[in-house]
Amino acid sequence: MRHRRKMQDQPPLLHASGISKFFPGAVALDEVELKLYPGEVHALLGENGAGKSTLIKCLTGAYRRDGGVIRLAGEEVDPKSTADAQGLGIGTVYQEVNLLPNLTVAENLYMGRQPTRLGLVNRRAMNRAAAEVLEGYGLHIDPGEPLTSFSVAVQQVVAIARAVALSGKVLILDEPTASLDRDEVDLLFGVIRQLKERGLSIVFITHFLDQVFEISDRATVLRNGRVVGERLLAEVSQHDIITLMLGRQLEARVAEKKGGKPGELLLQVNDLAKRGMIEPFSLNLHRGEVVGLAGLLGSGRTETANLLFGAVQADQGKLLLEGRETRITNPREAIAHRFALCPEDRKTDGIVGDLSVRDNIILALQARQGWMRPIPRSKVNEIAEHYVKALDIRLASLDMPIRLLSGGNQQKALLARWLATEPEFLILDEPTRGIDVGAHAEIIALIERLRENGMALLVASSELEELVAYSTRVVVLRDRRQVRELTGDEITADNIVHAIADEQKGAA
Amino acid sequence: MATTTPSLLKRITPQLIILAVVLGLNLLVFPDFFDVSFRNGRIFGNLVDVFNRGAPVALLCIGMTLVIATKGIDLSVGAVMAIAGATAASLVTDGHGWGTALIGALATGALCGAWNGVLVAVLRIQPIVATLVLMVAGRGIAQLITEGTILTFNNEGLIRLGAGTVLGIPTPIVIWLALGTLATLAVRRTALGMLIEAIGVNEASSRLAGINSRVLLICVYLASGLCAALAGVIVAADIKGADANNAGLWLELDAILAVVIGGNSLLGGRFSIVASLIGALIIQSVNSVILLSGMPPEFNLVIKAILILAILVIQSPKIGHLIYMLRASGPESLPERARPSAAPKEDAP
Repeated sequence: MRHRRKMQDQPPLLHASGISKFFPGAVALDEVELKLYPGEVHALLGENGAGKSTLIKCLTGAYRRDGGVIRLAGEEVDPKSTADAQGLGIGTVYQEVNLLPNLTVAENLYMGRQPTRLGLVNRRAMNRAAAEVLEGYGLHIDPGEPLTSFSVAVQQVVAIARAVALSGKVLILDEPTASLDRDEVDLLFGVIRQLKERGLSIVFITHFLDQVFEISDRATVLRNGRVVGERLLAEVSQHDIITLMLGRQLEARVAEKKGGKPGELLLQVNDLAKRGMIEPFSLNLHRGEVVGLAGLLGSGRTETANLLFGAVQADQGKLLLEGRETRITNPREAIAHRFALCPEDRKTDGIVGDLSVRDNIILALQARQGWMRPIPRSKVNEIAEHYVKALDIRLASLDMPIRLLSGGNQQKALLARWLATEPEFLILDEPTRGIDVGAHAEIIALIERLRENGMALLVASSELEELVAYSTRVVVLRDRRQVRELTGDEITADNIVHAIADEQKGAA
Repeated sequence: MATTTPSLLKRITPQLIILAVVLGLNLLVFPDFFDVSFRNGRIFGNLVDVFNRGAPVALLCIGMTLVIATKGIDLSVGAVMAIAGATAASLVTDGHGWGTALIGALATGALCGAWNGVLVAVLRIQPIVATLVLMVAGRGIAQLITEGTILTFNNEGLIRLGAGTVLGIPTPIVIWLALGTLATLAVRRTALGMLIEAIGVNEASSRLAGINSRVLLICVYLASGLCAALAGVIVAADIKGADANNAGLWLELDAILAVVIGGNSLLGGRFSIVASLIGALIIQSVNSVILLSGMPPEFNLVIKAILILAILVIQSPKIGHLIYMLRASGPESLPERARPSAAPKEDAP
């Protein structure tokens, strides 16, 4: 505690304030502030899309920020590129190690600044110096060996050693532990503690909250491009942090009365599972029902959606459609059974960017009809125009490539693609991610309308208020396992956070 | 999902202009270029030769366009031509009829295409590598079929496919025009064209939208194999023999070039078979200019390269943008830096 107080008395080593970044149609960062004190490990937290990587890219010059000031040791700096940032003292190590795997450890460490003798690289001196540096980090390896002959953890340490040697003031670690096992994490944390002693400021980005509490002194939590809190970790619990990350309204908002009773049973999922991806998952789904899927990133929401749609194949369990056992091994079969899936990653799994909005809307229906039976042009226009109007998709022309639309309008066009197939079971994976506020509200209203018309929906989302607003039931996932089901009055943001956090504690 | 006539015309305008310019060059070096005469029951003329000699590349580029639209490429078409020619030749020399020979050759081509398709669509090997296998192995297979010799034949029916006429028009012209029309109708009057484009732009999305990308990819490579087989039969029929070493040699590159000159992106997506066919005619017209100009043959390849380079430069996005800016806007709407230094003539009459 005494140590931490001391930290706060000092001026911050890096102080970024008012950092803003705009992308077409979206605000990625909104006046974000980040203070790094010397000798601290600072966790940067937030769900996907919260703005963590955008912030890092602005700090390291990979992006040009649209507003704000960065001060390093009191001096205003303006990194124009990552090399520039490196020169100023801000080094970054990414999840996928950005070293050259075919070169030796020493070469990687001294790339671009090799010790020379008579104009030639002095290998012996380089290897000796590298060995010394690495021993300082507790690594006793032969630096003359190629980098690939070592584990990812060792490669991470080499990357860190290089970044520290080049920069030496601020070190940003972007998900360094994502592919490490426990021993390797310990090795890495040892190195981090040592750097901390030397007075470096370290930014630590990760999705593993246990690790955050283990190694970090302080955390800044981002949500939707804004800082929602900065906390000394000694003073808060995991529960507090999860609440900040997911966000929730202070008064426990009970689910609004959802008009209409659920209809007949449509889908029974019995212990459907895929090894290494999702534990056995069971669910009964009625017509006129919206089941929300809640859980932190990596809890298995997307995997569950893909499993039900046949995008990944289950290796155990059963799926009953209106009481009849049905095997679904690929999306085509799912669509034939009137399933639909709006995927999480709109760009890579959703839109067909260069094709027109018209073609994108008609794609799934045409694919189901088969290539032999083209939908007549007039019918295509009728369908496309209907949904453009019904969903208020804003576009200059149906002929324009869909990639030119804003995120919200792309999402609506994808919804149109699936609604055109008149699905009975609609799966939405993060339907409101990365879209503007107006479209956000419209999509939530649409979910409500579809439910009232008797469609069965499964909606995965990391936005708790949203889940509370439209779900008639909420299934909570953690660590790829179903842990809780909330119904009726139980559906509050608070209860969802509790369901996630209690289990989180149980695992720690 | 038919492309409407005005939009098709707009799409192929650049290719038509280039073709007109290259044909103009032909006229320049050979004033009688456009003369067409009718003798011995068939039409003759330099322009007819362009269409006739361009047949193999035109046939290849039909299949190649579809393959490239899926973000693939088929390097094996030249070798498949050799295999198909060898198959047809060996069947007729064994005493079979020309019909059997043609069907045999087409079946071989289809098999070759399906092989490529399986490598690409099922085993997920990169198209350039997958088709490279058959490009290398194909000539070997053709040599095995011809037993290392140039297999000559004098089956009238087969020869007519390369050197005969239909209603006075050389058969190869009729074949590629017919197949081009058929393929265009097949992709545009059905939903095939859109589904192929969707796979080329984003296969993951297409799969999730319910498109059977695996089957479609195999079909596309199979179509390319069929086109190559037909081209191979025509070339063999033309020289009345199957030359395993030289039939269709390097023609895969001409076919790819024709597709590119046709304005189709090698990154897949939107495609136009008609534009590719005009691209094939452009290439053949360039060959014709060089031939007719009477230059020493050793200049041929260099001049061809220069002409092709000029065509590609004209088609490059940078130049296209420049032309667009110069044409679509008077000085007023040009951006500041592109505006002439003289004062804007706002009150010009």
